[in-house]
Amino acid sequence: MAEPGSVGPVESRSVVFTTPLTFAAGVTLPEWQLVYETYGTLNAERSNAILICHALSGHQHVAGYPADNPKNLGWWDNMIGPGKPIDTDRFFVVGVNNLGGCHGSTGPATINPATGQPWGADFPVVTVPDWVQAQARLADHFGIDAWAAVVGGSLGGMQALQWTIDLPARVRHALVIAAAPKLTAENIAFNDVARQAIITDPEFHGGHFYRHGTRPTRGLRLARMLGHITYLSDDQMAEKFGRKKRPGAGSYGFDVEFEIESYLRYQGDKFAGWFDANTYLLMTKALDYFDPAEPFGGDLAAALAGASAKYLVVSFTTDWRFSPARSREIVNALVKNHKDVSYVEITSPHGHDAFLMDDHYYHAVVAAYMANIPT
Amino acid sequence: MTHALHTLRRPDFDVIAGWMKADESVLDLGCGEGELLQLLAGRGLRGWGVERDPGRVLAAVENGINVIQSDLEAGLAGFEDDAFDHVVLSRTLQTMRHTQQILAEMLRVGREAVVSFPNFAYWKNRMAVLNGRMPVSEDLPYQWYDTPNVRFFTMLDFESLCAGMGVVIRDRQVLDERGECVTEEHNFLGSLAVYRIGRGG
Repeated sequence: MAEPGSVGPVESRSVVFTTPLTFAAGVTLPEWQLVYETYGTLNAERSNAILICHALSGHQHVAGYPADNPKNLGWWDNMIGPGKPIDTDRFFVVGVNNLGGCHGSTGPATINPATGQPWGADFPVVTVPDWVQAQARLADHFGIDAWAAVVGGSLGGMQALQWTIDLPARVRHALVIAAAPKLTAENIAFNDVARQAIITDPEFHGGHFYRHGTRPTRGLRLARMLGHITYLSDDQMAEKFGRKKRPGAGSYGFDVEFEIESYLRYQGDKFAGWFDANTYLLMTKALDYFDPAEPFGGDLAAALAGASAKYLVVSFTTDWRFSPARSREIVNALVKNHKDVSYVEITSPHGHDAFLMDDHYYHAVVAAYMANIPT
Repeated sequence: MTHALHTLRRPDFDVIAGWMKADESVLDLGCGEGELLQLLAGRGLRGWGVERDPGRVLAAVENGINVIQSDLEAGLAGFEDDAFDHVVLSRTLQTMRHTQQILAEMLRVGREAVVSFPNFAYWKNRMAVLNGRMPVSEDLPYQWYDTPNVRFFTMLDFESLCAGMGVVIRDRQVLDERGECVTEEHNFLGSLAVYRIGRGG
């Protein structure tokens, strides 16, 4: 028996598409697969569907838990479920693993039919618009003409924004949370240090580590440690760790001495144990390339001129990875076009990660916005 | 009689709505829970609100209006020149420190602007001060120690500021404490003043 508010036991399903998909990079996949989960019931009009887009390390398992592993909650389980802000009693919610991912959708660990070997580093660099095209095929699969809403945080929010630009007739609302209209030089710099950590790991083998029966865990661990710093806020780190030391600290050596070191190493080890290094490279590259204004001469308002969705844009005060000012760029471009948009700046100590946290006010805002979406 | 109650609470809304037409765009500064924008949406206008208070922002989202959380004291830097037909600042000017800046900003982003504020020279307010106490009234409903108001000014003061800034007064409606229109001795009998202003020259 599932606890109240939980969608309960769930399972991932897959769908194979045999119509070719051509990426921005110029490569065509003749056949490809997406894995997804769904929660709630698609209504007869197919008008109550919500697409959840994941961020860098996310996947299709968004809510509930596998029947055989009740502890493995979906990454946004606090947001999605019966009576929750994204209410599965009203909406049919779809979580999907993006192409290039490592949770079952076609990606670097998939066998490349041309070589009979895993794609590895040869998997094409995927972009946010590529993902939108693939997600649209998934909508076709369900017979969904238009999503009631496309929702995402961080890189997921960028996909929601891209949807409204690329396929305006197929999305009625976009919830763009803790996102930015494009990365800054500083954002790209952090991503490249992470990539260099992976690529220079001797176990990386130019991205073909699968055939060597090894994994570049050291590089991936460093990449995650660095990334994790950018997800937290200085205030939160000060409060949670400060200069607290581990037992035995003060030995004038390089073992773990401060709690923050212990925490980051733990997070790095945990992540490196299961995530695919090639997927990490692809996801960071999709972030770097994201710039929907670029085809419009850098004018974001021009990029959004043809959009017909209504928007909720949310930022968090201590998010320095994608700060509130970056969300305001999106809002300003929407208002310039006289689009329907609400913008809420949530006071939170949790930095970029705040979009995943169970914050009463944040959830009340999302719930209020979702409640006004007709199905 | 919901409408009568509503009008009694915010009599300036009817005046403001009367100066606007369907299909026009409006930016409501300090929009609260979005009551004015709901009224205007019902009349076919397209509106956006700016509000700082988190509780009011949430209520505005619940009310289904476009609300942008922002602090007016920081200006309207995110909004383009001439972005709106109207910019409204109702009963908020007296709570702001950067008086001239916000007036200039309103007339930058809006073709014209509407400002309403409590008239400190209303006769009951004058009486209160003559009797040695700070005024508390329908339109100045706070004690001196808990008021959000930081600027105390009269209609004459406001009109003189407009003249000094080269701001043109295009229309004016003055209301008493019951929300009735005042037709004479405005600066004496008026409790709430509503101005429609534009750029000079």
